[in-house]
Amino acid sequence: MTSTPTPPPGKPRLTTSAMIASIAAEGQKTRSAPFGHALVEAARTRPDIVGMTADLGKYTDLHIFRDAFPDRTYQVGMAEQLLFGAASGLAAEGFTPFATTYAVFASRRAYDFIHQTIAEENRNVKIACALPGLTSGYGPSHQAAEDLALMRAIPNMTVIDPCDAHEIEQVVPAIADHKGPVYMRLLRGQVPLVLDEYGYTFELGKAKTIRDGRDVLIVSSGLMTMRALEAAKLLAGDRVDAAVLHVPTIKPLDTRTILAEAAKGGRLVVVAENHTVVGGLGEAVASVLLQAGVHPRFRHIGLPDEFLHAGALPTLHDRYGISAAAVTSRIKAWL
Amino acid sequence: MTTAPPRGANAPSIAERAYRIRRHAVRMGEVQGQGYIAQALDIADVLATAYFHAMTYRPDDPSWEGRDRFLLSNGHYAIALYAALIEAGIIPESEIETYGFDDSRLPMSGMAQYTPGMEMSGGSLGLGLSIAVGMALGLKRKNSTARVYVLFSDGELDEGSKWEAMMSAAHYKLDNIVAIVDVNNQQADGPSSQVMAFEPLADKVRAFGWHVQRIDGNDVDAVVAAFDAAKADPQPRPKMIVADTLMGKGVPFLEAREKNHFIRVDPHEWALALQALDAGRPA
Repeated sequence: MTSTPTPPPGKPRLTTSAMIASIAAEGQKTRSAPFGHALVEAARTRPDIVGMTADLGKYTDLHIFRDAFPDRTYQVGMAEQLLFGAASGLAAEGFTPFATTYAVFASRRAYDFIHQTIAEENRNVKIACALPGLTSGYGPSHQAAEDLALMRAIPNMTVIDPCDAHEIEQVVPAIADHKGPVYMRLLRGQVPLVLDEYGYTFELGKAKTIRDGRDVLIVSSGLMTMRALEAAKLLAGDRVDAAVLHVPTIKPLDTRTILAEAAKGGRLVVVAENHTVVGGLGEAVASVLLQAGVHPRFRHIGLPDEFLHAGALPTLHDRYGISAAAVTSRIKAWL
Repeated sequence: MTTAPPRGANAPSIAERAYRIRRHAVRMGEVQGQGYIAQALDIADVLATAYFHAMTYRPDDPSWEGRDRFLLSNGHYAIALYAALIEAGIIPESEIETYGFDDSRLPMSGMAQYTPGMEMSGGSLGLGLSIAVGMALGLKRKNSTARVYVLFSDGELDEGSKWEAMMSAAHYKLDNIVAIVDVNNQQADGPSSQVMAFEPLADKVRAFGWHVQRIDGNDVDAVVAAFDAAKADPQPRPKMIVADTLMGKGVPFLEAREKNHFIRVDPHEWALALQALDAGRPA
């Protein structure tokens, strides 16, 4: 621990929130359990959809589905290897399992089962995982800082990092219709509602400009798109015009849109992700730009390559530079 | 409508099928000059019984919906399963010559995408029973009466995932699973019981809520009876056949060879192994 145990004067001393606490800021517009409700909706017309969880139904919003379709829900207990092996078996029999747990347990504990029984056999399993990146104050055991790197390294895998409730509601039917394995990051509980105001619609594999701007292009995924939009508003107060390109599909990456936007002259390009700086969206975008000969000024906002602290999420998001205020001040310093 | 290979009075006996499976496997070993041949020889009687007594399938339509599924969890036994699939008419015998070569449908380790009749990708040990649980749940959802047969080795019992899956198969009363454990007491680093003690296996699994039988896996009559009893058990519980087997079975000089997970066979010995099998061919 390198940080001081006492907060700066004038700042309240925060405590680690409960595991199921919402990441929404106070007063932010939210929607309850968007994943669970969207899955119920999709399952009404898709009898092949089944729900699965490894003792985290309540913590992934799968309980909404379980209550609507108890006979289509499989509880496998706290056994993630079994969860994904059995999901593969159900998919082999023609079903479309949505298998839920925390991102740490899917990506780290059950990696070989996902790799071999699902991806290698190209089974139609949808892996939906709560607590992505830094969305828990419980320390590295619950912080899936590296889930995107691990999942995008697997052939056949589609990887999605949705931003908010509006997007999650659209991702669920889209991945149900997509043939093949999908890893989807999940925000659960009271989930912020942001993108509806921008007239946004999710399309699998498509990056979309949420907001245009002349000075800086923020390329972001997941909840960092919320932060980027907040930062863009704050930057506007300083007469900095920021564009936000939202990239919810990490794999396959929409290289065409990313290149077109990055090539629009003179803008600083900043990739912002709720993920370690190793192996995620930032390195993927950098690789695409370099190989295409597109060379904007480039900066990367992500979680540091270290085991992150326990604590209150607002404190940690500030500490590791992914809060809206931190994103704003870092971009101002780079301009 | 096609049918499974002939059974009944005029059909070859299961012992004859086991002999032929052993022969196909040795021929594949000869093609590559290597292979998990000792395991193939030990499990041939079980595979012959599965494919020529217990299971329902269509040789010319290996993914027929009504088939019994056979999962090879121990992917390195692929040479044995290929031999059974050849004998069952699912793979042409001519493909023996391609075993282990580039672009073959018969890779050294079993993979679902490569081979007709191969239901899963093995190789990484401990996967099969979890997949079997999902398939068994899926078959019940479809009101199918098909069964899921899954073969794994005693060494795989070291993997915690096997016990997760055993617990859940009993929890979900998956009476459509028949698991076969090949107890040849040999894994990569030595005798399985010394690498990690797993006995008393039958008692342990019975305590989990399974129907368990322990048999001599190289006694064809006992194997047949065990498959029959597994099918006949009226209780809503998964079934396990613990099969004690002898590595190298049917080739006396390999039976006697110091046991190794990957047994050494010298180039001239393949022909000798075939001769030994032929000498012991059932009457």
